[in-house]
Amino acid sequence: MHADPAGVLTGAHFLDGDHACCEGALAAGCRFVAGYPITPSTEVVERIALRFPEVGGTFIQMEDELASSIAIAGAVWGGQRAMTVTSGPGFSLMMEHIGFAAMTETPCVFVNVQRGGPSTGLPTLPGQADMMQARWGSHGDYEIIAVSPNSPQEAFDLTVKAFNLAERYRVPVLVMMDECVGHMMERVVIPRAEEIEIYPRRYTTASNQDYLPYAPAEDLVPAMARAGQGYRFHMTGLTHDERGYPDMSAAGQARLVRRLSEKIRRACIPLSDIVEQDVDGAEAVVVSYGITSRVVLPAIQSVKARGRRVGCLRLRTVWPFPADRIRELAPKVRAFVVPELNLGQMVREVERSAAPTRVLSVPHAGGTVHDPAVVADAIMEALA
Amino acid sequence: MSVSMENPVERYLRTDRIPHIWCPGCGIGTTVNCFTRAIDESGIDLDKLAIVSGIGCTGRVAGYMKVDSFHTTHGRPIPFATGLKLAEPDLKVVVYSGDGDLIAIGGNHFIHAARRNIDLTVICVNNLTYGMTGGQVTPTTPEGAIASTSPYGNYEQPFNLPYLAESSGAVYVARWTVYHVTQLKKSMREALGKRGFSFVEVISPCPTLYGRRNRLGDGLDELKIYKQRSKIQNGANTKDVELGMKGPIVVGKFVDRERPTFSDAMEAHFARTLGERYARARH
Repeated sequence: MHADPAGVLTGAHFLDGDHACCEGALAAGCRFVAGYPITPSTEVVERIALRFPEVGGTFIQMEDELASSIAIAGAVWGGQRAMTVTSGPGFSLMMEHIGFAAMTETPCVFVNVQRGGPSTGLPTLPGQADMMQARWGSHGDYEIIAVSPNSPQEAFDLTVKAFNLAERYRVPVLVMMDECVGHMMERVVIPRAEEIEIYPRRYTTASNQDYLPYAPAEDLVPAMARAGQGYRFHMTGLTHDERGYPDMSAAGQARLVRRLSEKIRRACIPLSDIVEQDVDGAEAVVVSYGITSRVVLPAIQSVKARGRRVGCLRLRTVWPFPADRIRELAPKVRAFVVPELNLGQMVREVERSAAPTRVLSVPHAGGTVHDPAVVADAIMEALA
Repeated sequence: MSVSMENPVERYLRTDRIPHIWCPGCGIGTTVNCFTRAIDESGIDLDKLAIVSGIGCTGRVAGYMKVDSFHTTHGRPIPFATGLKLAEPDLKVVVYSGDGDLIAIGGNHFIHAARRNIDLTVICVNNLTYGMTGGQVTPTTPEGAIASTSPYGNYEQPFNLPYLAESSGAVYVARWTVYHVTQLKKSMREALGKRGFSFVEVISPCPTLYGRRNRLGDGLDELKIYKQRSKIQNGANTKDVELGMKGPIVVGKFVDRERPTFSDAMEAHFARTLGERYARARH
């Protein structure tokens, strides 16, 4: 299925990442957004508020992030593609509904334009310190998908992708931007509607009598119904059986929670979206994502200029983490170097996959980006 | 001649989920009975009816109703229902939940949905306590009442829900006790027929926790007390209907007025300000 041309602003534009994210959502067919203002994500919903009345979308500024993050779930079950947008403290408030969306298999998109934390932290300055919160922030065992754009163009592209993955796997998908990408302005090329692939919602074709809301297909993803179509189905955040009815048993819990995780884990390799440069034959590989993946480029150049072979591996999909690829590279390199705007989060995933190969974290508390010289020194240290 | 022995409310229930979890003497089942009869009389297409509940004893109502039903998170059925209704305006969306869910943890959503006049019917079964978690104090527990977290008696002033609903913008406000089954059914039917944020409060016994701790006897005794204390006063000023441990429980239909809904206001505003640029939502 192709994008609805009504929402596609085809052409070359000069946009910041927040606005590009908005255009990505429009192109992906998102027609319901609930949000609450928070720096540095607000520009996304401001543009949504401006654009939606012209494309048949409904925007509502809710009373808080708790409300926004479940209003989108309601809209999804009413048949819309839906998104909410936030940052830092708002993301913390949304955690319960990321778990709710995972549990009820509600396809939806959460955008987090990351700023410095914890608490109110640095509202206008960048951070990448919500990466583990994105993965583990809601209680219980579940899996989500998260993408991390490093440019306004990718803010567009990966927002479209986020909607498609949400529908494909019936899972909340998180767009983990950062303040730099959100606020930097660059050229963004939006293709024609017929060039944008849209993954349609997986609606059931079963009759009203035969429909089981949580009976999984072969890929472990159940087909969905929408309200008002006569299915008279039940949905609950309680542990539930295939009928959607509560099932308060250890066996029921194992069946459901294992499936929710397994449907994503099983898809880890097809989901893996990484960009590699000069990885073959490299002595060291720098693993990065988001704005940091651009800051490392001059660092890598300077180390290469000293005659060392350094590769670059950039995560566009951060969750599920592409552990297989790191495992594959580990015996071939001397070290991985992982700079990120936090005190060491995704580096733990690299360590788990790379052992016993050396992994060097290049932490940064946020507020600005790394000094490339610091990253270059870290690469040299890794090779020493 | 054969006589149908089917209970008239059965077709509205997921009978495969009965027995329900509610205690003997609990009033929630009575409210559901009234609600099914209200639906029956209203002639609503059941395929177009959605029930949204939060968490708690009343939060289980959604699971027992044989319609599209959503058992959401604690305090958040109203914002879920807001998204559902705006996404699919053909639905009649009913939020059915308890006082703790709607008014304590969900209080902010309650006042804002009323302010916006989202087209929802909100039914609040007010048993004056948190039943599911063992009888803690709530924002509706009367002053002096004993609860597990107010073992020496509640010293906080409770909310007066009809007043809160009216002053926040609800277009329909009624209160009954589970004794008033006929009036309750009628108010539910009227609320279902109303465009905008309609609110029905039902005072309901919780003999297991609230009734026992406050020496109100069993469910039937608590019901009798509510019957005796009730004073029907349609059109009463909602300022004057607060609930105490003693004194009258003023019941009746208090508010029935017209106001543009959120969607009406939005569509009219965009049509006016944007003219032909405005594209109405497609559903």
